[in-house]
Amino acid sequence: MKLNGAQILLESLLKEEVDTIFGFPGGAVIDIYHQLPNYPLRHYLVRHEQGAVHAADGYARASGKVGVALATSGPGATNTVTGIATAYMDSIPMVVFTGQVPTRLIGNDAFQEVDIVGITRPCTKHNYLVKDIKDLARTIKEAFYLAQSGRPGPVLVDLPKDVMAAEATYSYPSKVHLRSYNPHYEANIKQVRKALKMIRQARRPVIFAGGGVIVSNAHQELTWLARELQIPVTTSMMGLGGFPGNDPLWLGMLGMHGTYAANMAINNSDLLVSVGVRFDDRVTGKLESFAPEAKLIHIDIDPTSIRKNVSVDVPIVADCRLALQSLQKELEPHLEEEDLAGRFSSWRETIQGWQEAHPLTYTPSETVIKPQQVVETVYELTQGEAIICTEVGQNQMWAAQHYRYHQPRTWISSGGLGTMGYGFPAAIGAQVAFPDRLVIDIAGDGSIQMNIQELATAVCYDLPVKIVILNNSYLGMVRQWQELFYAKNYCSTCLERGPNYVTLAEAYGAEGFRVSNPAELKPVLKQALSSQKTAIVEVVVDPEENVYPMVPAGAALNEMLLV
Amino acid sequence: MRHTLSVLVEDEPGVLSRVAGLFSGRGFNIESLNVAPTLENGVSLMTIVTEGEDQIIEQIIKQLRKLVTVIKVVDMNEVQCVDREMVLIKVSAMDHSRAEILRIVDIFRCKVVDVSPTEMALEATGDRGKIRALINLLQRFGIKEVARTGSVAMRRSMQFEA
Repeated sequence: MKLNGAQILLESLLKEEVDTIFGFPGGAVIDIYHQLPNYPLRHYLVRHEQGAVHAADGYARASGKVGVALATSGPGATNTVTGIATAYMDSIPMVVFTGQVPTRLIGNDAFQEVDIVGITRPCTKHNYLVKDIKDLARTIKEAFYLAQSGRPGPVLVDLPKDVMAAEATYSYPSKVHLRSYNPHYEANIKQVRKALKMIRQARRPVIFAGGGVIVSNAHQELTWLARELQIPVTTSMMGLGGFPGNDPLWLGMLGMHGTYAANMAINNSDLLVSVGVRFDDRVTGKLESFAPEAKLIHIDIDPTSIRKNVSVDVPIVADCRLALQSLQKELEPHLEEEDLAGRFSSWRETIQGWQEAHPLTYTPSETVIKPQQVVETVYELTQGEAIICTEVGQNQMWAAQHYRYHQPRTWISSGGLGTMGYGFPAAIGAQVAFPDRLVIDIAGDGSIQMNIQELATAVCYDLPVKIVILNNSYLGMVRQWQELFYAKNYCSTCLERGPNYVTLAEAYGAEGFRVSNPAELKPVLKQALSSQKTAIVEVVVDPEENVYPMVPAGAALNEMLLV
Repeated sequence: MRHTLSVLVEDEPGVLSRVAGLFSGRGFNIESLNVAPTLENGVSLMTIVTEGEDQIIEQIIKQLRKLVTVIKVVDMNEVQCVDREMVLIKVSAMDHSRAEILRIVDIFRCKVVDVSPTEMALEATGDRGKIRALINLLQRFGIKEVARTGSVAMRRSMQFEA
């Protein structure tokens, strides 16, 4: 059967079990949009291509499936770049299709032409320009395979207009042949045994988990390991939800805005069992002083993560889940006789002392709402059952600290790239993946304005996303740095005369709420969260509240500012 | 330490920029890079000479292997290998210096590939040390131009314990 390129693309998406696309049309992709109504694919028309890619990303993080975005050539394509880089840094499976000018015009500086394959080379797992329709089906197959196998990541496929219009016989390959790409999943049993030996010799072990646990769906295995051996657990921001936030072994997040107990535990540990982490600078602080007494076990599927920043005693290159299963299998028969859990009890007491001495805290006020209190109230009202998306900055850190995540994929936030404007479109994607769940974007007044146009998308598709804006009329995190390290020179961080968010919401057809009195916080939030519509809750918060604890950039983890 | 990496890649558009972009984007250093087809259709061999501490070299190799279009990476420092580069040197050659230059050509087993009343172009192959020695020796006559290929390397058939 002969099909044109657009039909081959859409048929192939069905073969990949795609049912949802986020996109925005344009000249170079009209052929695809022309065919789209003939296929059982839900297309969500966004208002900016960046929104499409973040939505596909949020969809992928919430569901574990591959996110798919579609944009036109030139500016459409360049608008996807921030979203692609965001997904790349956080290892999110995604395939982005961009239109391209006809092949005969490529390189001629044609209208809306840009070398998007060149531009995205450093921020995709891989990318393709399809110049011949004969390569189209195979390329799509490879793109989906690459996006979700090994360490997942975004793949971009650039589709020239004439290739979409050309015809070819369609057959979708059943297998991918890439001689140069063979991800390794199984853990080497010798390494697993070495790791176990180290755990048996440890006195002060800590489990340090990251995004790899979420990606590989290893939370149950991780929880089993921690609970059976009674080893305290901390996670990076990307690992939130990988271990129940209400478990007594939970230390909270570590790093720059980690808890006192988590950072002190790392600092005093003699063994770090690190699972699916990459030791980035926000986690380690000053590298030379990171976990100075600890031996390191490092499980990660990506060999480049290992020994990139820290030296490792037992590297295990494997899928986190399979590696933890392998550990469990080796450990299980000896659990009772060994009583490792008992051996670590004095260590747990030490940690408990740190937890009691410096819990996450803030000073409540009767006159002004504290941002931490907003997050706590959201937690109280949702009992940890909501999907929380965040923007970037103080809002993100407070959401990470003061909400407790019990399940994986309930925390959706731009970790590596730190993309302001991510949270709201990502929340749209998460809501599309789970129409019946409560999806909340915890935002700042700075970040929310970066992709506010997506209110139209949310309203059009009746997506009841809730946006809770912690409005401090500042770019709060930068202001905090200016206050602490730049002599309070608040240059360009004051967001005066912001919009009226209530009427803004209403202008888009969403519901708007505003609260500034601490006594009214809970009832207003309750009302907003139970709304069936897209809603904004503008919470006017203490403008100069800071995120604590804080490890200044470049300092060691035990050099925290506590207030 | 300087390392020579043999990198087998899929010969497709953009592969060079993927490799070069990896080096520049991650702040790795490329001293020389040579790329040419192999006997196998669709496969090219890159020889990259780079410098860095062990941990950096390890990262470079792993990052190269992570590229989807890279088939194989061998650190030639881990094996015994032959490595050679070729150089073309245009040197000022006046009547009084011509004989001396030809003696050097003879000692270094170079070839004279072009000649004019005032200049001579020499072709030489050898490892890095030899090329450097040759250039040093010729400098006093006045080198007008140098074109170098960068290193290519091949594992020796017989490997001996170090």
